[in-house]
Amino acid sequence: MEYNGGAVVAMVGKNCVAIACDKRLGVQAMTISTEFKKTFQVTPKTYIGLPGLATDVQTLAEKFRFKVNMYKLKEEREIEPRTLAHLVSSTLYERRWGPWFVEPVVAGLDKENRPFICSTDLIGCINFAKDFVVSGTTSNQLYGMCESLWEPDLEPEDLFETISQALMNAVDRDCLSGWGAEVTIITPDKIITRTLKSRQD
Amino acid sequence: MTSRLPRTKGGFNFDNHVRNTMMEGKGLCLPKATKTGTTIVGLIYKDGLVLGADTRATAGPIVADKNCEKIHYLAPNMYCCGAGTAADTEMTTALISSQLELHRLSTGRQARVVTAMTLLKQMLFKYQGHIGAALILGGVDLNGPHLYTIYPHGSTDKLPYVTMGSGSLAAMSVFESRFKADMEREEAITLVKDAIEAGIFNDLGSGSNVDVVVISKDNVEVLRNYAKPNERGIKEASYKYPRGATQVLKTSIRDLVDIKETVQATTTEAMDIS
Repeated sequence: MEYNGGAVVAMVGKNCVAIACDKRLGVQAMTISTEFKKTFQVTPKTYIGLPGLATDVQTLAEKFRFKVNMYKLKEEREIEPRTLAHLVSSTLYERRWGPWFVEPVVAGLDKENRPFICSTDLIGCINFAKDFVVSGTTSNQLYGMCESLWEPDLEPEDLFETISQALMNAVDRDCLSGWGAEVTIITPDKIITRTLKSRQD
Repeated sequence: MTSRLPRTKGGFNFDNHVRNTMMEGKGLCLPKATKTGTTIVGLIYKDGLVLGADTRATAGPIVADKNCEKIHYLAPNMYCCGAGTAADTEMTTALISSQLELHRLSTGRQARVVTAMTLLKQMLFKYQGHIGAALILGGVDLNGPHLYTIYPHGSTDKLPYVTMGSGSLAAMSVFESRFKADMEREEAITLVKDAIEAGIFNDLGSGSNVDVVVISKDNVEVLRNYAKPNERGIKEASYKYPRGATQVLKTSIRDLVDIKETVQATTTEAMDIS
């Protein structure tokens, strides 16, 4: 976790969800890239965030892409976010004694457009939350920010401000994360992705 | 049809182990797994048994989940409280629950609590304590109510009242002073609630709400969040940021549209094959 740094946060709003990540890739204190995104689109209305060891982030992103595509071919439908969460969980628990160093976050809307978010630890224990989930090296700071900023039934535009400010103010207190951020808001009729202007130190 | 894809064989995969120990040797610390520093209890009353649990999950000193579920479904007549490594309790109970379902379908009988207990203890003993699951198994079968504790190394106890987890001492002090044989339902639930609350308030690893499950001969009641002694106060003011507070460099909007496909049959001339 501390080797490459990174932060991911997801929040529930009114008929929408948001997922955000920072864009830093580092090797301990040295920054290598500021274009390393940690969220991936899985289905039209589901995203997965993978903060952690960069090699595992990319390996798992491809592994999940493969598994989700196989699911789609077998079932002839898109995977539901809740099903994806269990797929992630069992993929991680398979490596109970030799884990991937990632703490995934799943955010999306299900087939009835109900918001769903969850996070798992590195061995696949799912945390279903009704409000927000945080993950990565900045998780402690994010807990503090989200616990005070988040409120129920935020409209997509207000949810964007809340998640952006929660993330940007949290990563300012974590030297391993930051250097830009990307926020995705998922609503029933559109997906808005915004790149934020942030501190570069 | 044979698949050319690598077939999943089941079981655990140790491929990353060598790499991870190498990295650990180089001073990379691995992230903490979610633990449930827990209070879980169970007791037998006149017509059956009552299970109880708190709802806090922790990762080190951080509260990872304020309202998690620690009473897991095993079978229609059996539930199991879990303490220890959260992923282990979750996955172990799910695995045994699946085995019990298959057992029930192949025998056509309700599974016995000893069967579940034996499956759990044999699995935990096989893994020599590396699966960090400390469990309280409770259920009612044809032989009446049974209450077991199962330790991570695979040892078991059969007792009329039990506690486990980091809050077990606080909860047991309540049981030791107030437990009686053959209590009434309401009295038993109250005692379980008080024992869990002793854990919630006196043990740092336990907190939030009380979950209760009551199992009697042919009735199961799942009382999720039976007591909520730690409701969060209402925020006096809103900390909502005004719209436009965040500076944006780039926006991309993808509109999701429903594509409706219809097939229209048309008559075409037959191909000339003369």
